[in-house]
Order: sequence, then C-alpha cells, then structure tokens
Amino acid sequence: MNLQEFLTIFISAVFVYNVILSRFLGLCSFIAISKETKPALAMSSAVMFVIVSSSALTWFVYRFLLLPLNLSYLRTISFILVIATFVQLVEMIIKKVSPQLYRAFGIYLPLITVNCAVLGVAVLNADMFFINGKAVAGSFYYSVFQGVCVGLGYTLAMLLMSGIRERLELCNVPKPLKDFPLAFIIASVLSLSFMGFSGFKF
Amino acid sequence: MEILIAILVLGVLGLIFGVGLAIASKKLAVAANPKLDEVQHLLPGANCGACGNPGCFGFAESLVSGKSVVESCRVCNDESKEKIAKILGLTLEKQNKKIANLHCDGGLKVKDKYLYNGVSDCIAANLVLGGQKNCVFACLGFGTCVQACPFGAITMSAQELPVIDKNKCRSCNKCVLVCPKKLFSLISVNNIVSVACSSHDFGKDVKSVCSVGCIACKICERTCKFDAIHVINNLAVIDYHKCTSCKECVGVCPAKTIKVRG
Repeated sequence: MNLQEFLTIFISAVFVYNVILSRFLGLCSFIAISKETKPALAMSSAVMFVIVSSSALTWFVYRFLLLPLNLSYLRTISFILVIATFVQLVEMIIKKVSPQLYRAFGIYLPLITVNCAVLGVAVLNADMFFINGKAVAGSFYYSVFQGVCVGLGYTLAMLLMSGIRERLELCNVPKPLKDFPLAFIIASVLSLSFMGFSGFKF
Repeated sequence: MEILIAILVLGVLGLIFGVGLAIASKKLAVAANPKLDEVQHLLPGANCGACGNPGCFGFAESLVSGKSVVESCRVCNDESKEKIAKILGLTLEKQNKKIANLHCDGGLKVKDKYLYNGVSDCIAANLVLGGQKNCVFACLGFGTCVQACPFGAITMSAQELPVIDKNKCRSCNKCVLVCPKKLFSLISVNNIVSVACSSHDFGKDVKSVCSVGCIACKICERTCKFDAIHVINNLAVIDYHKCTSCKECVGVCPAKTIKVRG
C-alpha cells in the first residue's frame, strides 16, 4: 500500500478507463440525465455515494462470505443483492430523515439500484485487489478509493456531456437529430477523445 | 454438496435482506398525505398530460397542494371530478364536455393526384407535395390520429375518414396536435353544427377537386339569424359563442358542407 498505487488508481479510473467513456458502463443514466447540469450533478453525487459505499460493502461480502466458502463464482448475483438492498435502504432513510435531500437526489436512487457502473466497480475490485483468492495488502482501502475515483470519473463525464448538451439546446439542429441522436454522436466523439488516454488499439 | 452451500448462502442472504427491508419499510414509513392517495385513485390514470402535469400522479400532487384545479383534467368523468372536489373541499364548476371534430368530409370523394407508396402515415405523406390528395387541405386518410388517440375513440370509416366516437372522446387534444392538416378542433357537445371543410381555396378550385367542400357562396352567412356564421378567407366559420344550433345553415348549404355532427 503506497501512494504510487493510489495515484495509478486515480488516473486510470478517472481518465484512462473512465467508467462511462472507456468502459461503457452506466450509459443509460449518462444519456437520460445529462440534459441539464444541475440534475446531472445530483445524479453524479448519488452515484458517487452508492459506488463508494457499495465498494466497501461488497468487499466485506466477497472477503468474508464468498471467498471462505469457495463461492466466488456467485459474486455477480450476491453483489447485485447487496447493492439493491443497500440502495433501497438508503432511499428509505433519506425519505424519512430529509425530504429536501430526497427531492434532490432520492428520485435518482432507484435508477442506480441496477446501474451497471455500480456493479462494474464491485466486480472490478474483486478482480483487481484479490489475487488467487487472497486479498492483497490494503485491498479494502484500494477498493474504496477506486470507488471514489470511478465516481469522480462518472461525474466528469456527466458534467462534460450536460455542459455540451445544454449549449446545444440553443443551437438550431436538424429536427431528426434533436435530443438523443445528437447525444449519441456527442457521446461517441467524447469517447473517442478519452480513448486517446490509452492509445488506440485495433 | 457444494450446490447446497451455494443455495443456502444465497437463500439466507436474500432472506436476511428481504426481512431487513420489510422491517425497515415499516419503521421508516413516511406518512404521506392521505388525500393524495385518494385523489390519485379517482384520476383516470391515462397519464395523457393534457392537464400540463407530468402524469396523473403529478396532477394529484398539484391538486392537493392547490396549484391546479380539478377542471384541468380533460379525461376524468364528472362523477370522479365531484368526488375529488369533495375530498379537497372545493366546489366544481360545471363545464360542457368537448368532443373532437373533423373539419373535412372529402375521403374517397377527393381523388389522388399521385400514387403514394411510402410509409402509411399522414405526417410522412404530407411531406411529399402536401400529401397525395388533389385538395391540399384534405384528410389524407392514413389514420395517424387513430394511432395518436390514447382512448381508442377514433376509427377509420369505409370512406377513409376518421370517425370520432363521442362516448370515448375525452378531448385530450392529441388528435388536434398530431394532424398534419390541422383538421381537428374541440367543440362543445352542445354545438351540434359544424363545417366539414378546411379549404381556403376559391370556390371554383374547391369544386373541381371535391364535391362536398365549402365553395364560399355565403348563403349560410345570409341565412343565419344570429350572425354566427361568416365566410372568412373562402371558408365558412361558425362562431360558437353565437351559434344556437338552429340548423338553418345545414339545410341551405348547396354543397352539404355544413353538417350536424354524428
């Protein structure tokens, strides 16, 4: 566990393997909620929160339940179970505790329940920080940190996209291209530019 | 053996989470406004958006918070509206029900000027020289309005004209918006006379393409005792504020353009 490792995780999660633009995970929310910056930011913060907490939770499930029982092949379904339950619980708590917060990002939480970005990070953590069925030193901190960084990468992509789409609202674009078709084109161009970080591979 | 462990682990995990969530939902239940639930049950649930709110739930919310009035719902029947008004402690203003009306009676009587072979949709056909009909104002007859109607109130007749079922029509305005020829309008059920033409062409030109089009002869204008019908821009237009549904104009119209609504 050293600083260099953290830096590598940061750079790769935010830029090189950006969860949306390079790994193509969580695309549905990326397209659906990137029309304006404010909801995009609210969604990003909700995703960030869920990813970080679920990375921690799934690490415990993987390390103390699945690995000892030799059930690592069940990780996908049990991660989904853990994440879905957790998100539901958080939604209830927020609804009870703070109606304002619930209005701001509670409506996005059900969307995140089955967001592949969240599951993707959990699986990625299990792949990267466990070698031969054993946790590498400091893997818990790596997992949580990777959660934070993927969340940041998600936020970055959302902000870029929503900023562009907000401006495009004011432009006169051909009617068939309005809204989603144009969003897809922008997403592909953004994605191409992010691939510049890792270099093109054919 | 191994499969048993797997089943057991997942089963127990699911059970714990399920029970946990069930308990949590009881403990953390938020008391919602009971009126909201009642109002939402009385609303039609068509989510048509004619009231300007995002679906029926949004409308129920704005009703309960007093931002909307019950009358904005076009779909709800009077009985439900009264019940909602009762729940909210409001008095309901009686409104006349409106029904969509088609201002064209061309159909097969108007010949095609070319053979349209494209997508079977009025909006698509309208893009090609304003549609295949000889009259540029005529109903194209592909039934885009039939598809747009969320209540199944519009069907196509053998004359290739849309027919509106006045019992099913809830005046949601969808057909008015979707028709590329702008042939629909919402008219109160009390007004039984309507002009079944939308052509602004001169009488001679109308006559050459359609036997039932308005030829702007102004007989109806002279006949009307209430100053309710006028020929504006070569088309008879009824002012429903003045019209008393006396049906005088229906009898005198030489092209039978003015009709009693079915």
